[in-house]
Amino acid sequence: MPRYQGLPASPGIAIGQVLPYRPQKITFTEHRIADPHAEWQRLQEALHKADTQLMALQERARKIAGEEEAAIFEAHRLFLIDEELLARLRTLILDEHLNAKAAVHHTFEQYAEALLGLEEAYFQARAQDLRDVAQRVMRCLEEDSDQDSLETWKEAVIVVAEDLTPSDTIRFDRQKILGIVTARGGPTSHSAILARAMGVPAVVSAQFDLNDIRSGTLAILNGNSGVFNVGPTLHELEVARKEKTEWEARRQAELKEAELPAITRDGAFRAEVVANIGGVEDAEQVLQFGGEGVGLFRTEFLYLERSTMPSIVEQVRAYRRVFEILDGRPLVVRTLDIGGDKEVPYLGMEKEPNPFLGWRAIRMIRERPDVLQNQFSALLQAAGQVIAEAGKCDLRIMLPMVSSVAEVERAREIYEEARAALQAEGKPLPQQVQFGIMVEVPSAALLADHFASRVDFFSIGTNDLTQYTLAVDRTNERVSALASPYHPAVLRLIEMTIRAAHTQGKWVGLCGELAGDPLAVPLLVGLHLDEFSMAPSSIPTIKQLIRQWTLSACEEVVQRCLQFSLAAEVIEYLKSQTPR
Amino acid sequence: MTQTISTTITIEHPAGLHARPAAQFVKTAARFPCKISVRKVNSEKPPANAKSPLSVLTLGVNQGDTVEIIAEGEEAQAAIQALMELVESNFGETTVPHS
Repeated sequence: MPRYQGLPASPGIAIGQVLPYRPQKITFTEHRIADPHAEWQRLQEALHKADTQLMALQERARKIAGEEEAAIFEAHRLFLIDEELLARLRTLILDEHLNAKAAVHHTFEQYAEALLGLEEAYFQARAQDLRDVAQRVMRCLEEDSDQDSLETWKEAVIVVAEDLTPSDTIRFDRQKILGIVTARGGPTSHSAILARAMGVPAVVSAQFDLNDIRSGTLAILNGNSGVFNVGPTLHELEVARKEKTEWEARRQAELKEAELPAITRDGAFRAEVVANIGGVEDAEQVLQFGGEGVGLFRTEFLYLERSTMPSIVEQVRAYRRVFEILDGRPLVVRTLDIGGDKEVPYLGMEKEPNPFLGWRAIRMIRERPDVLQNQFSALLQAAGQVIAEAGKCDLRIMLPMVSSVAEVERAREIYEEARAALQAEGKPLPQQVQFGIMVEVPSAALLADHFASRVDFFSIGTNDLTQYTLAVDRTNERVSALASPYHPAVLRLIEMTIRAAHTQGKWVGLCGELAGDPLAVPLLVGLHLDEFSMAPSSIPTIKQLIRQWTLSACEEVVQRCLQFSLAAEVIEYLKSQTPR
Repeated sequence: MTQTISTTITIEHPAGLHARPAAQFVKTAARFPCKISVRKVNSEKPPANAKSPLSVLTLGVNQGDTVEIIAEGEEAQAAIQALMELVESNFGETTVPHS
């Protein structure tokens, strides 16, 4: 029975029949028509109908997911009234007597190709939009265009697709969709965002061949683990049903209490539970799931998929939006963390044989101090503006991939220069800005006492810390199984880091996947981890778990865990523990 | 009598002439009766109809590119003026002073 491992994109478990979804490609023949004026009239009606449909989708997207997603459909509508495009259609139909479907296909395709030639991801996406709109108009040109396989399903199904456009996803009726799984796409795609907004379990990038998926086959889709199990055994089904019932009951309870603080049952310890976000769009989800702030704001989105450096103005705009949404809650911003696994020509990134050991993140500071200086300046300006307008903000700056105290000292200098420059210009500035580092290289953990005296906080990046401690390439499937953050060597480094920081009165967060793993809760609470940072949708679960434990029980768990010599022993032991 | 006016200006907006700036540009152009085209300076691409979002988009104007705006006919002067102001005002978005 095939099991596919994808990436979790929206939490929840779905059990039901699968429906392979192949958006019906509208076919057309090309021919000359006898009555071009009637054909032109028919096209006008189809364009009008397409616009009405798009307006409805726009409204639906606005209600479900907000302005940002609704704007996609507004852009689609603009194509329909494009002067040049209409002029070309007019020529093809009225002058050359071509049939409307062929005219629509040719005209839209011409623009799509032109956009594809522009290389940048932005244009590639617009080309897909154009093709999507062309299909819609062509469908509207068909006689019975209202008929749609999606809307005619009787029972709710798990939709299985190669990939989904936002217009596919938004159309799905929540009542008829149990879950969504795609072979491609990423967790940050628009479809994934929409699935989360609709509360539908979803898995992306599950790498199946759609031809292998038979319509009507029973399947289990686990949006928490990313597993898509087609044709499960009776036993697996039974387990999944139980898991689903339990998950849903628990989720209900967790969401109801998501706003409550994460204080241990004995009242002895309070953890701050915050979110990892990778863009402005994610910030709203933080509050929705009871996040108390942001523990990791990845800023790479500002730099990727473009040909020039983002200007300070542009950065300020993005940071301000997030400050405004968070309304005074802590925002830990990680400065640019890009390396040789990404191609960013304007930064001088080159393909490297060992990108994870190469010229990346804070290591760019020597050759490109300007990148960091601009980022500091933009962050300070954004925070200053928010405060000048009587808003609130709590900015905390975090440096990635630090392996030497010299890097921290140099970054501080650059920060002070940026601050002084703004001060000289009379710009409003935030009073208090915390300055911290990611602890993700073993040298930083081992020298945590030296780092602690130079910063305000640490945030432990367990994904990289694990990879560097165990010398395991996470992206290499043949060894990735060895990369367990539960490895006792990693746990010792975490323990050392927290102890060194607390000795000097500094706080410690953790923003790797470990923070959102329910299994790790007693361990991390027992280590007195101050801040847990994770995917927004995990927050309610972790908060609830923290509330079920007592600090003393968690401390016992830690004592045991630190004595093991194998990751498997730690995991086995943690699995045997229940909140107490 | 018809008059043709043209001007060159550099696009400073980070998105270039894509996304919202492109939409704003086209909307502004559409308010005027004259024929307006936009051309990327130092490019072999033919001038694009400034009232067509798709044509403006396919020009591929990025931040820092210089474009020539050409208006021909009624209200050409006013059209050029309005488009210049739009570009200079950073496409009507809240301008943040440069440091």
